[in-house]
Amino acid sequence: MDIEQAKSQKPKTKNHSERRIGEVIKASSAEFAAQCYKLDEAPPLGCLVKTEGKPGEIYGVVYDVETQSLEPGRRVVARGEKLDSKDEVFAANPQLSRLLSTDFKVMVVGEVEGKSRHYYLPPTPAAIHSFVYVCQPEEVRGFTESLDFLSLLINAKILVPVDEVIASCLRNASLTHPDSNAFLVKAGKELARMLSNDINRLNSVLKRLR
Amino acid sequence: MATEEEQKRLGAVVSGSLTQGVEVRLDASISVEDMAVGRYVAIEGTKHRFFGMITDVSLETVDPNVAVTPPDVSDPFIAQVINGTTTYGKLEVLPMLTIGGDAASILEGPQPAKTVPAHFSTVKLASQRDVEVVFGAEDEKRFYVGTPLDMETKVCLDVAEFVKRSNGVFGKSGTGKTFLTRLLLVGMLQKNAAVSLVFDMHSEYGWEGKTEKGYKVKGLKQLFPSKVAIFTLDEESSKRRRVNTDVVVRIGYNEIEPEDVELLRQTLNLTEASTQTIYQLAREFGDSKWLETVLNLNEEDGKQLISRLNIHDSTYRNLRRGLENLRRFSFLVPHTRENSVQRILDYLDRGINVILEFGRFDDFAAYILVANLLSRRIYARYRENAEREMGGEVAPSRPLVITIEEAHRFLNPELSSHTIFGRIAREMRKYNVTLLVIDQRPSGIDAEVMSQLGTKITCLLDDERDLDSVLTGTSGKSELKSVLSKLETKQQALIFGHAVPMPVVIKTREYGTAESYRELGFLDAAELKKKTQKDIEDLWA
Repeated sequence: MDIEQAKSQKPKTKNHSERRIGEVIKASSAEFAAQCYKLDEAPPLGCLVKTEGKPGEIYGVVYDVETQSLEPGRRVVARGEKLDSKDEVFAANPQLSRLLSTDFKVMVVGEVEGKSRHYYLPPTPAAIHSFVYVCQPEEVRGFTESLDFLSLLINAKILVPVDEVIASCLRNASLTHPDSNAFLVKAGKELARMLSNDINRLNSVLKRLR
Repeated sequence: MATEEEQKRLGAVVSGSLTQGVEVRLDASISVEDMAVGRYVAIEGTKHRFFGMITDVSLETVDPNVAVTPPDVSDPFIAQVINGTTTYGKLEVLPMLTIGGDAASILEGPQPAKTVPAHFSTVKLASQRDVEVVFGAEDEKRFYVGTPLDMETKVCLDVAEFVKRSNGVFGKSGTGKTFLTRLLLVGMLQKNAAVSLVFDMHSEYGWEGKTEKGYKVKGLKQLFPSKVAIFTLDEESSKRRRVNTDVVVRIGYNEIEPEDVELLRQTLNLTEASTQTIYQLAREFGDSKWLETVLNLNEEDGKQLISRLNIHDSTYRNLRRGLENLRRFSFLVPHTRENSVQRILDYLDRGINVILEFGRFDDFAAYILVANLLSRRIYARYRENAEREMGGEVAPSRPLVITIEEAHRFLNPELSSHTIFGRIAREMRKYNVTLLVIDQRPSGIDAEVMSQLGTKITCLLDDERDLDSVLTGTSGKSELKSVLSKLETKQQALIFGHAVPMPVVIKTREYGTAESYRELGFLDAAELKKKTQKDIEDLWA
């Protein structure tokens, strides 16, 4: 069955307003990777996403988005030399959307079980093929009421500059708070405490928060 | 009720010791600029509540690199984030007292702090109530002298304790020593704790004084006419100033003893040999006659005298020249009909405060001579009385406080062992006589005398030696020093010692307005008439 069809036939999420965007295709304790259902429709960098875990839901921050050929040996080649736009490329080559996929990587920052939030790694990683949802603004607001998750982010060893991820995560989250500036100041202060021994790094993160 | 401002948390204790004071990290919401040394804070320990004073405010950073590569604070967001996290304010607080805790300690009142609050104890500005608990409310023993900085609460001085020891008022010229002294005199008078004898060099306590701006302020006699007597050495000056004096003081040559002249050695420019000669002359002619005899010697008699007593000619000349200087003091007369000392004592015995105005004789020679001469005799009488009292013959005499200005002239290390004031300061209250010394150069005062002063009230001082000398033997000296040197030049003073439970910086109570007079107990003519009327009615009712 086509993925598109599956989605249209069975939108059986817990909440209809929740936006399902993909599925876990690789998982470990500290992070997981997911494949998007639609090409180029990955959540933005720093976006808070969730997936089901045991016993609660696993929350994570998107830190890397990648679109590539599904087959490792088959390179994507340029096809639009004679065409006017990207859309025309896809219209002329309808197989393309089936041969490419957009994946994103997520750093796990906590677990939410009912009303309790835990800002530490869940005991078990996300299960493969678990659905991944973009968190709703109220969920983001609730989760970011405490900034304890920053300590997991700040020490992460990843290929993408982690400060960029932190900054965009906080910028995104700030939009869900009634006083976004106050939220950013609070977060900035938390960072200042965590980075008290690295003033240059702190300066650069703070500049990215605006 | 405490206001919201006082309840505000300032920060938390992060380190420190009892001797050095504790360090308080300021919360981000508190600006260092709102803090001030000398302010009171309350620290909520786990078992006790501590009462302390801010002695220093400093700026700190978590990382020394902040100073090297400062964050871009032109961005208000970054400035807001950095404040209180990467950079923060720090207070040095000297815990001085512990308040409350268990029932026993509430009964005992505030006790000197013997430990420090635990880590991260909350620090708040002291509430009005805390200050009241510490300094007590105004009552029949306590006199309201001023308010703590930025607070409305009254700081009260325990006058009964105050007069038990000699005390000092210090401060640079123009910092309000005279106003403070006037207040203290009023306090002692109002609380009936002691009678005062004031040697008023510049005639500013008795009838009327002047503020620096030129306004006139009432002296003690105007405020309490029935309890104050003005004595004067210079009747003409008093008349010109339209001051009603009670007694004109005259001192006979016979009352001047060799010691009195010895004190004037410097002012009269006498040599060591001449001062020795005075004693020789006194032996020859007697203590009461020597001065008159020497001043009346003619050339011929003088020559005979020096050859008979084997005095060197130049010494004799030096002595004569010096003693001739005394003649310009018109209050010195060969013979007096009345005994000034007795007159002063009569007034003091009746509980009337005596203020001796010097009029135009406001130089040190006259001041030292008269103050010393009179005090010595008065002290002798008090001493006698105290001894009789021990024998059970008489009632104890009323405590006497002698106020002297320019005290370093009497109490400097060379003279303090010779003058009566040195003795009074040392022997303290044994004979019910204590001093109130007023001085602008405390470093000039003998360290031994300074150490005996019970309560010290000091306005701004900025000379290092003066600061050291005032704070000798005080705990938390270096902390108090920073407070003291930062006082404002007007209406601010640091009080510490016997009569207050802990050092306190006050904004001196208002003096000079009609309202302030009324608060001090002054009744204007109409009110006085009404009161008299009521007293008469009560009497015949």
